Amino acid sequence: MSNWSRFNIVSVVLGFAFLYLPIVLLVVFSFNESKLVTVWAGFSTKWYVALFNNQGLMDAAWVTIRVALLSATIATILGTMAALALTRYTRFRGRLLFSGMVYAPLVMPEVITGLSLLLLFVAIGFDRGFVTVTLAHITFSMCFVTVVVQSRLLSFDRSIEEAALDLGATPVRTFLEVTLPVILPAVLSGWMLALTLSLDDLVISSFTSGPGATTLPMKIYSQVRLGVTPEINAACTLLIGLVAIGVVIASIMTKRREVQRQRDEQAAFAGR
Amino acid sequence: MNKLGSAIFSRLVIILPYAWLLFFFLVPFFIVFRISLSTTAIAQPPYEPVFALADGLSGFFGKVGQFSFANYIWLTEDALYLNAYLSSIWIAGVSTFITLLIGYPIAYGMAQAPRTLRPTLLMLVILPFWTSFLIRVYAWIAILKPEGLLNQFLLSIGVIDQPLIIIGTNWAIYIGIVYSYLPFMILPLYSALEKMDNSLIEAAKDLGCPPISAFWKITFPLSLPGVVAGCMLVFIPAVGEFVIPDLLGGSQTLMIGKTLWNEFNANRDWPVSAAVATILLLILVVPIVFFQNAQAKAEEQGR
Repeated sequence: MSNWSRFNIVSVVLGFAFLYLPIVLLVVFSFNESKLVTVWAGFSTKWYVALFNNQGLMDAAWVTIRVALLSATIATILGTMAALALTRYTRFRGRLLFSGMVYAPLVMPEVITGLSLLLLFVAIGFDRGFVTVTLAHITFSMCFVTVVVQSRLLSFDRSIEEAALDLGATPVRTFLEVTLPVILPAVLSGWMLALTLSLDDLVISSFTSGPGATTLPMKIYSQVRLGVTPEINAACTLLIGLVAIGVVIASIMTKRREVQRQRDEQAAFAGR
Repeated sequence: MNKLGSAIFSRLVIILPYAWLLFFFLVPFFIVFRISLSTTAIAQPPYEPVFALADGLSGFFGKVGQFSFANYIWLTEDALYLNAYLSSIWIAGVSTFITLLIGYPIAYGMAQAPRTLRPTLLMLVILPFWTSFLIRVYAWIAILKPEGLLNQFLLSIGVIDQPLIIIGTNWAIYIGIVYSYLPFMILPLYSALEKMDNSLIEAAKDLGCPPISAFWKITFPLSLPGVVAGCMLVFIPAVGEFVIPDLLGGSQTLMIGKTLWNEFNANRDWPVSAAVATILLLILVVPIVFFQNAQAKAEEQGR
């Protein structure tokens, strides 16, 4: 395409360099022999060994993974429900408030969400810990799931749902056998998004967490404040690696599913 | 049976997420507001009055009488808070503008890219978003430090002969916000620019319109919804940003998110931090409503 001028190419390449260079440097210096993260002194994996011997960090990682899995799953269920409510039931009492409550958390500064949830837990006399962090994560990540699933539902051909209902399928069965298989990739990417948001969160966790429920970002943050160390670089590299593997697997799965679906559709139209 | 099942299903789909958001998102704001009217006390929780069910209705009204606006008056009396609000808005505004300046050419370049390449480019923009926010901000500390990688590089190629002091200044915060929020700007811009019909530009060119004025007269106005959405997605969370000013800014950096955090964690003054949060929310209500209207419009068009 002749439209892709040199200016376009340069701006895209520079943009991506800006986005990726800091992350690449962080990963590179996690393998640095020296304790300094700015002077290269040879290749070493000793910081990874140190990392696995750091019991505090390992405990925090375990808490983080449990919170993320639990909160992402519940957030996906609630978020998908909210997406269905917003796209399928256009008229119900309080819809405006509902859509407001779905979009507002997307941009709400984390300090406000965190503080307000903490004050809620205190007001109802709930002890802060694993449960409160999970509840908080569900609340802010479900709205991201809703947005992802909603965009898929909007481009969905509703006539096949109506056909299923006309043929006597119950709404639940229609949802499970017609709607869900089609929106599944969006639901899964919503789940992935909720998972990473939860793995990532520092501010809301710090407000809503209690003793014994320190998450990995909280631990990393408290160490970063004391100074930059290669050990933290190693922890970050592992997190980046985990997320990268997850994203690659997810994108391969979506691609395969897409190819399969197209093949099925072609077979159906060909009358087999 | 079918009808009943249908009714239950549709009710459930609406009521469950609705109730969840009411209880965990909306109700907490009222609690914040109420506590902002309380006075600080050395107790657990550290504020008075505290409502209890045992008080009954008369007890409730008795305690409403103890409400005070002292915390809000305190906020206006100490210049620290006003300055923190103003400098947060200023820093967020400048950062949003820089993000737009950097993000627009990238989004435009992506939208002009060969069709087969676009999904990959889109994936590459989204990918950094999946890595931890904290990690991405942390990565910049090693780059921006006086003895950091940027200064080493600039010194070695001879552009500067003294290390630049970036970390601890507002520049470090601008860089941090631009870097962290860039994908939020690129994505709505890209989706607005990608839908654009290139033949409009060609028609303008054929009619003798120079490329630059074709851009300002056609491309930019048509991408305006993307510009608005992108700017809101960057500006609103940036105003209340905590991690970036805390890690990249210096001790004299004033941002309201950091002030609130310190008020809460270091001073343990819950009523004042609740008042700070209430005012921050009031400041952000206008852009948030603006953002939601844009979202609702997009939703309507999608239907």
